[in-house]
Amino acid sequence: MSIILDHVNYIYGADTPLAVKALDDICLQIPDGQFIGIIGHTGSGKSTLVQHLNGLLKATSGSIYFNGEDIYDRDYDRKKLRGKVGLVFQYPEHQLFEIDVFTDVCFGPKNLGLDKKEVELRAYDALRKVGLPDELFYQSPFELSGGQKRRAAIAGVLAMKPEVLVLDEPTAGLDPRGREEILHQIKELQTGTGMTVILVSHSMEDVAEYVDRIIVMNKGRILYDNVPKEVFRHCAELEEVGLAPPQVTYILHELRRRGLDVDTDATTVEEAAEAVVKAMAKR
Amino acid sequence: MLRDITLGQYYQTESVIHRLDPRVKLAGTLLFIISLFFFRNFLGYMIAASFLFLVIRLSHVPFRFMVKGMRAVLFLLLLTVVFNLFLTPGEALVSVWKLTITKEGLRTAVTMAVRLAMLVVGSSVMTLTTTPNNLTDGMEKGLRPLKLFRVPVHEVAMMMSIALRFIPILMEETDKIMKAQIARGADFESGNLIRRAKALVPLMVPLFISAFRRANDLAMAMEARCYRGGDGRTKMKPLIYRSRDRIAYLCILVYLVAGIWLGRLELPVAG
Repeated sequence: MSIILDHVNYIYGADTPLAVKALDDICLQIPDGQFIGIIGHTGSGKSTLVQHLNGLLKATSGSIYFNGEDIYDRDYDRKKLRGKVGLVFQYPEHQLFEIDVFTDVCFGPKNLGLDKKEVELRAYDALRKVGLPDELFYQSPFELSGGQKRRAAIAGVLAMKPEVLVLDEPTAGLDPRGREEILHQIKELQTGTGMTVILVSHSMEDVAEYVDRIIVMNKGRILYDNVPKEVFRHCAELEEVGLAPPQVTYILHELRRRGLDVDTDATTVEEAAEAVVKAMAKR
Repeated sequence: MLRDITLGQYYQTESVIHRLDPRVKLAGTLLFIISLFFFRNFLGYMIAASFLFLVIRLSHVPFRFMVKGMRAVLFLLLLTVVFNLFLTPGEALVSVWKLTITKEGLRTAVTMAVRLAMLVVGSSVMTLTTTPNNLTDGMEKGLRPLKLFRVPVHEVAMMMSIALRFIPILMEETDKIMKAQIARGADFESGNLIRRAKALVPLMVPLFISAFRRANDLAMAMEARCYRGGDGRTKMKPLIYRSRDRIAYLCILVYLVAGIWLGRLELPVAG
């Protein structure tokens, strides 16, 4: 049970003078239950990549296997695939359209052809999972605050009970507290259900704390694919492609440069504090 | 599917036609279209076609982009041809069942098809080689005399350029919302007409909301920059005729005179 990308290429506007190679020979293996962060600068191909995972975009060349089946096979049911790989787009609140939040969340599971009871159960469950208070369920989605809308929209995808949840910049445009809350909830969801979660972001800070694995994209290619600690070791190279490791990584590197024998592998503030304490004790 | 409409889509490249003053292109296109309705023989259409061909070659825009715009009017074109072919009274050529193709019908059908095709390609040349902004600039300046009759030329031009500017944005937005709803299992392609119309609700509602939001944002941004209409407004890049524009006008004039003179001759074999 996994997703495998085999030498996937994608060209936007092929055969026009404006042709752009958005994905360049991507090979990936995404096992079950992993929490993965895909990071890259604007235009690095990360959004294009995730749209391949549920078959919205068709690779110019290469193949993709979901649970061992080629999703480009003629008789492969791509509609079903979209229920299994849930994709939450950037600014997902822009796709809300129903008269109330609950009906909107029902849209996804209803399209899967489930019976009414199951649809409503799933919608209810999904809304609870994203932490939306009950009294908002029957309000118009347009009356909610930005963060609440975002949750409602994420619930809309979650209600399809996907095996893999892909979120494209789920924290864009939210304030720091809203960001923290959403990311925290996603992490809880992932540990609670064992779902595979792929988080697309351009902020290292966002993902460092939560993910098991980071894939760094640059100009349509995979630059690094490793655990956060290993990836953040390439401080200078990351900066070169317009990305910055978390601030604590900088502080630790600076401390080390100034002569404190500190472990620079920490990626979160807590880990960094521990590392500094350890280093001080050694003195 | 939406992307197939070339009318109103600029093709970025470097050419004489691209650099021409938009007023020249506007007037030229208008005159060209009018000229199509003056011809009486096939010689006129030959001249118009070669003129068009020459301009297309000069514009460096691949020919298939021109023809792309045709797809949008293909249905209209077919309809015109069919109606003219069968419903024009006159000398019968072929007769099948109740349908009769007449000599006159064949002639009008072919003429209409050629006219319509050249009309679309002709205006595609203009929109493919002129940025929408340039186009409305040209229109604003070209229509300035109408101000005497209290026509709000600037405001109309501004509205047009905003509308044009929003086409690609809304198209992109449509694409995004469509993808987002497909990701939630929406199906835009199967089912009968009523089901398909119903399937559009999840697309249209967010699209309208986003259009209103964008319009609101834009109005706010314009007011924040003290926009207050056309009075006393100057241009960053004012339109000034250069020698190539004068030469272009001359070419158009030569084409018009030659085309209409030769195109209206009574030829022994009328086409």
